[in-house]
Amino acid sequence: MSAAIDTTPASPAPTADTRDARAPWALTAPALMLFVGVLVIPLAMTVMLSFHDWGQYKGIEPVFILKNWREVLTDSYFLEMFGRTFRIALYVTVLTALFGAPEAYILNRMKSPWRGIFLLVILGPLLISVVARTLGWALLFGGNSGLVNKALTSLGLISAPLPFMFTETGMVVALAHVLMPYMVLAVWAALQRLDPQIENAAVALGAGPFTVLRRIVLPQVMPGILSGAIIVFALAASAFATPAIIGGRRLKVAATLAYDEFLNTLNWPLGAAVAVLLLVALVLIVVGASRLVERRYAQVFG
Amino acid sequence: MSFLELDHVGKQFGPNTVVDDFSLAVGKGEFVSFLGPSGCGKTTTLQMIAGFLDPSRGAIRLEGRDLTTVQPAKRGLGIVFQSYALFPHMTAAENVAFGLEMRRVPRAERAERVRGALGMVGLAGYEERYPRRMSGGQQQRVALARALVIKPSVLLLDEPLSNLDAKLREEMQIELRQIQRNLGTTTILVTHDQNEAMSLSDRIVVMSQGRVEQIGTPQETYERPASAFVSQFLGKTNDFAATIDKTCAPARLVAGSWSAVAPVGLAGPVTVSIRPERISFGDAGLAAKIVTRIFQGNHWLFQCESECGPAIVIRQNDGKPQPVEGEAVRLAWRPEDMSLRGVGAAA
Repeated sequence: MSAAIDTTPASPAPTADTRDARAPWALTAPALMLFVGVLVIPLAMTVMLSFHDWGQYKGIEPVFILKNWREVLTDSYFLEMFGRTFRIALYVTVLTALFGAPEAYILNRMKSPWRGIFLLVILGPLLISVVARTLGWALLFGGNSGLVNKALTSLGLISAPLPFMFTETGMVVALAHVLMPYMVLAVWAALQRLDPQIENAAVALGAGPFTVLRRIVLPQVMPGILSGAIIVFALAASAFATPAIIGGRRLKVAATLAYDEFLNTLNWPLGAAVAVLLLVALVLIVVGASRLVERRYAQVFG
Repeated sequence: MSFLELDHVGKQFGPNTVVDDFSLAVGKGEFVSFLGPSGCGKTTTLQMIAGFLDPSRGAIRLEGRDLTTVQPAKRGLGIVFQSYALFPHMTAAENVAFGLEMRRVPRAERAERVRGALGMVGLAGYEERYPRRMSGGQQQRVALARALVIKPSVLLLDEPLSNLDAKLREEMQIELRQIQRNLGTTTILVTHDQNEAMSLSDRIVVMSQGRVEQIGTPQETYERPASAFVSQFLGKTNDFAATIDKTCAPARLVAGSWSAVAPVGLAGPVTVSIRPERISFGDAGLAAKIVTRIFQGNHWLFQCESECGPAIVIRQNDGKPQPVEGEAVRLAWRPEDMSLRGVGAAA
């Protein structure tokens, strides 16, 4: 009798435990299946595809060869593409940091009605398609008929239209404009965590406004700038619409190159190799950068 | 001549008068507290001295020279903020050294003074710690060292101990007082804690709704509160309505069944104010009944219902038997222990 009493409360416990253990899996299953279905499987197929062969007349052959990878990694044409992609991404990152960080700081110091209005002005473009925003630049600077070029020429300030379309400069400027909100948001978030008394403390100790900015504010928002930089870099390196419009077929970056291989040359395996290489390179850069940032600031802000 | 002088200082935020006609003369080496509930204007006054806010009226003078035209960075005051406001990206030593760097103190002397300041607040050996890795009390000490290392003419403390737990706060109070005495730095403390103000200060400025209610030593403000607000805010107090009975000679001051010879020149109804620890249980006096009695270790706290309304009495736990709940008692006090306010009170 006493044994029965002892065992009865014990026996339901394991089933409850196993049910509890399974619950998280069951609850995440729908999202997990969606994730596997739309991301993991296509990605795996793309990786597979990059090892297949392709010929002008025979199409895609499901064999395992390293031809595409050898081509992508050794041909100077691809090297130039990837070099340009990461160079543009780097310039865009620096540009957004140079403009976005002060922008966020000024925004943060604004008084109540203006702050909301200007935050909307800065974030508003996110609501408009990237294509529309980039076409705006094309309208302003595109060749002889571009609005700014026309105005500057008729004012006699320039004799030939400013080169913008099909230039790296044009791509950097347009991408920096498109990606600026991400940097502003990241720095803004870091500024929100700042104790305003800290600036007062520095002032009371005899620091001028510039010293306060350089020695007190900047180091504290540095993690924000760096996380913004990682986002902007990743988005700039993988951007498609802006390089496609500004650079067109003449000035390709990795994303537009992969697109061309898929849809114009129809060499899917080569396009897949380009896409996978871009993905791997980006993941390595982003993970490496955030590791560095974390290690640098773990002691200070952890 | 006083060292730090506030001359009819006022601050207006739109239609709101936050500080009204604040005048105070602080002597060199003096420790003065601004005491009051939140929103009484004490922090605003401190910020005007620091220079983070400009006064709407009046002048602030340090050693006779007008401070209001001096940039906050040039005032040379040491400030400890409620949130400590340490630079999170700098070590304790770098935090303390910052003010010296701004003053272009040579590197060797700087290191020497930083070590001295951290030693003074009991943080020797913590030089390389980041604030995030320190406890609240330690951060507090770094903030104090950072404010004192520049040898400020005036030390401003904005609720510096309010984020610490009770035991640590008491320790820091004693230490703060010792450091201040040793250095002889003129100090202004903003606090809402009356015990803190009383145990630390030479003088207390009691403030309410932007006005100065009373300026005096801790004892003066406690024993002779200038207004009902001061007596209520500084510790517990009993207020009884009393009348003057002129039918007998000399005239008597009467509150319920308690009475005493009235001070000369007093007429009309007054309020009698007595501290709970000055009331004793006697054979004659104000009739009352004990409602609750609370044991608090070194003393007993009695809540009574008297003829003149609720009353609180504090008696030392001296081992003698004390009245129990429900017991009828008589409340008595010496006339010199009470203060009188109200209509006809000869102030």
